[in-house]
Amino acid sequence: MTPLIETRDLTRHYPSGEGVVAALEGLDLDIEPGEFVAAMGPSGSGKSTFLNLIGCLDQPTRGRYRLAGEDVAALPPDRVAALRGEQIGFVFQSFNLLPRSDALANVEMPMLYRGLPRRIRRERAALALERVGLGARMHHTPSQLSGGQQQRVAIARALVNGPGLLLADEPTGALDSRTGLEIMALFQALNRAGVAVLCVTHDADVAAFAARTLRFRDGRMIEDTRYQPVDADTMLRQKFQ
Amino acid sequence: MNAPHPSPETAARSLAPLPPLPRGHAGLSMTEALLAALTALAANKLRAALTALGIFIGVAAVIVTVAVGAGARQQVLAQIQSLGANLLVVWGANVRLGGVSMGAGQRPNLAWDDAQEIPRQIATVQVAAGTARQQQQVVAGNQNWSTIVIATDPDYFVAHDWLTAEGRFFTQEEAMSGRKLVLLGATVAENLFGEEEPVGREVRIRSTPFEVIGVLARKGQNPMGQDQDDAVIMPFWTARRSVMGASRAFARSVGTISVKVHEGESMTDVEEELRQFFRQRHRVAANEPDTVSIRNLSEVAATRDASARTLSLLLAAVAAVSLLVGGIGVMNIMLVSVTERTREIGLRLAVGARRRDILRQFLLEAVLLALLGGAVGVLVGIGLAHSLAALAGWPVLIQWDAVALAVTVSALTGLFFGYYPARRAANLDPITALRHE
Repeated sequence: MTPLIETRDLTRHYPSGEGVVAALEGLDLDIEPGEFVAAMGPSGSGKSTFLNLIGCLDQPTRGRYRLAGEDVAALPPDRVAALRGEQIGFVFQSFNLLPRSDALANVEMPMLYRGLPRRIRRERAALALERVGLGARMHHTPSQLSGGQQQRVAIARALVNGPGLLLADEPTGALDSRTGLEIMALFQALNRAGVAVLCVTHDADVAAFAARTLRFRDGRMIEDTRYQPVDADTMLRQKFQ
Repeated sequence: MNAPHPSPETAARSLAPLPPLPRGHAGLSMTEALLAALTALAANKLRAALTALGIFIGVAAVIVTVAVGAGARQQVLAQIQSLGANLLVVWGANVRLGGVSMGAGQRPNLAWDDAQEIPRQIATVQVAAGTARQQQQVVAGNQNWSTIVIATDPDYFVAHDWLTAEGRFFTQEEAMSGRKLVLLGATVAENLFGEEEPVGREVRIRSTPFEVIGVLARKGQNPMGQDQDDAVIMPFWTARRSVMGASRAFARSVGTISVKVHEGESMTDVEEELRQFFRQRHRVAANEPDTVSIRNLSEVAATRDASARTLSLLLAAVAAVSLLVGGIGVMNIMLVSVTERTREIGLRLAVGARRRDILRQFLLEAVLLALLGGAVGVLVGIGLAHSLAALAGWPVLIQWDAVALAVTVSALTGLFFGYYPARRAANLDPITALRHE
């Protein structure tokens, strides 16, 4: 089975003043389809650079990156955009919803760039919103939704193109602890359905929900461990009932 | 559990994945790009309206300018037509244009026979008609009207492109026989007969009865502002006998000779030939000035056309500057819009938008903005042109090809000035764009 993500000697240098900063250095990593992986490290450790490279938003200085078997560096820009749209769903700390559009339109948006007809987009966006528990709030704009609900809209948007990988960048960073738990429970539920999740965080409590943790420091991956994840649903029940 | 937070109990342990999508990435469709651009404009209505204002003024100015220019041109052409096309008028040298032709003490130097001789001598001349004019009181029943009596030859109708509204012209035979016939200009007919039918009726000039045989078709004002319809026309010899008596010596003299040149012949050549004709006829020595002056009346009208064109050119320059300023306004606001929506652009790129999708979206927005201004400009321009026609009495003529051109130019303005901001949006780095505050 081809790994979902395969990196070899993946390296990213930034020019900085006189010299260069090695934001990521020689990363060799395989992530299989359906894994739940947390990437941890303090700021400046290289985890954000790692996320940008995996999300095909940045080009490596050196090394190879295959996403779903495709060598990203060899693809023309338009193909990379398409690959990103089809294979990756982004979830951001600050949600990044379009403020003037309602939940349905926000979730529909990625499908616009696939050229899907309106009817299919609507149906699918509604379905995705139902999956994340917002079936009743499709026509609310972000300002009419709570932080947790906004993040659910963002997750529905990330899911709507049917990607193999969810890339989450501090997804609970802007939420209170209970809402954060609910979001992690949602990620775990999605993961059980077969979607790989790669969650970048500096919070060990969040990383505990993943079955595998990567630790970064000074641009290098210093640890790659697998263990039994904490179940977010169970934790919610223990803490809040 | 409060409603906004779905309870963990109800959250499914495993979420069924969404049904698979067909593979393939067709990209943003034109319709969707258009809708997105409209939505973006609608989000900032006032800003869009103010930005479109520059284009709007430019386009409205173009429409009005062209309409006024075309209207003036059409009027001038109509005037040239009414004066008589290919017409030269020969005056006695010391007689001014528009003056009374036979002032006391001036030696009338144009003769009836000159007019007869001209077509024989100059092949390019179609007809020549000698004409005498005099202000006279014309009486019909208890109505009277002071007007110009034009005493001439039937060729005069040909030379000046006169048509009859009713009745007929007099013939060469009638002209020579001295019969007391007259044709009335439209203004005269109106003032003497009102609604009644003038043809067959009688008018009196200096107590002599004349039979009205026709009413001339209306010509309107000449370029000097004189009403060409305020005149009556009668045979020359009839007038000499009954209306404008002259001493034996001056009996054959005329004030002007109207010369119509054959279609397609050079007016300047004929003018020169006429000059030479009179120099010979009047035995003018080589060092003496001409005894006649020759006017090409359509030149007078053409001069007015030229000045109208200058005005049009000036307004067109204003329109061009306005479109330029409008275009810069569009560029400015699009740059602001790109900056404001940096995060949104980053997001769109992250979810699979290609750079050209973003380019298309922003370019369309700029074009729509400019077209919006253009469309309103067309409507207001047409309205303004019609108001000018109604209020100021300016002749205007809406040129539809100019309207189409104005709309096209406004769209091109949007395209040209929108390209740089759209390019900038499309080339944003998604990572920095997503972090943009």
